[in-house]
Amino acid sequence: MSWLRTALVELWGLFVEDGRYALAIVVWLLLAWLALPLLDLGSGWNAVILAAGLLAILVESVLRRARR
Amino acid sequence: MPIPWVHAGPSMLASFLASLVECVEALTVVLAVGTTRGWRSSLAGCASGLLLLLLMVLLLGQALARIPLHRFQLVVGALLLLFGMRWLRKAVLRAAGVLALHDEDAIYRRETQALREHGGAGSGLDKLAFAVTFKSTMLEGLEVVFIVLAISAGRAGLLWPASLGALAALLLVASLGAMVHRPLARVPENTLKFVVGVLLCAFGTFWAGEGMGYAWPGADWSVPGLAAGFLAVSALSVPWCRRLASARAGELAR
Repeated sequence: MSWLRTALVELWGLFVEDGRYALAIVVWLLLAWLALPLLDLGSGWNAVILAAGLLAILVESVLRRARR
Repeated sequence: MPIPWVHAGPSMLASFLASLVECVEALTVVLAVGTTRGWRSSLAGCASGLLLLLLMVLLLGQALARIPLHRFQLVVGALLLLFGMRWLRKAVLRAAGVLALHDEDAIYRRETQALREHGGAGSGLDKLAFAVTFKSTMLEGLEVVFIVLAISAGRAGLLWPASLGALAALLLVASLGAMVHRPLARVPENTLKFVVGVLLCAFGTFWAGEGMGYAWPGADWSVPGLAAGFLAVSALSVPWCRRLASARAGELAR
């Protein structure tokens, strides 16, 4: 079964390299999906805020890594 | 229904560039194995890997075409974002000098040395050569398969442009490899990864938003807008990361 373990590890590695970064993306997607409509800003603004949050996550992650 | 070029063009470009990067990496291993242990087994391993990857695209592509699109878009968008943002993060850090660049020549030398230490190949099929090139082709190709499938799952009719893009890159790299018989070390891999990361993030964000039921301003035209946004923010992050990394190195040196 070691080949299966290797395959699963490789598959996981396609999506997750920095756990905190991946978790931030998933949490933001859930927040944008479930919480943004509660603010009643309008569909277009929700989409823009979704994109802005993802850009912020990217910037925070690269800066955090560069500081290390 | 015709496919809007605003989706077909970037999806073909993303799969072409991603496939180009991965094929260059796989070619390095195929060349290292071929020159040290013989071409027959090396190419047989590579061809078997390619056949398996092609089968995966055909089977999974057909299966994805039967699934209701709107229920799937959020998941596809999320997976594309996890995948694309990982590529983009790494490309930014490599461009800033925080992470080392991929060096095909160094990898070729390392692989060749490691294979020589295993002794000479016997007659018949060389299992080691076959296994190494098969595994390398599968590992590099799996990323391309994911990109092709994820892009084509986001909107109907994109399987062909995405597959053609990937296939064109494979043919280009195979032809160049056959001609020069050396790793394609001059291909600007990180720049290509940067562009692919930007395109995947744009697609992922667009489809995740659509999957959530949000209407993008400018509809389909927001895809190039999102790509421009990711490109601008990533490009601006590079010098910022470089400054932070050199300041940190200075602190550590003191």
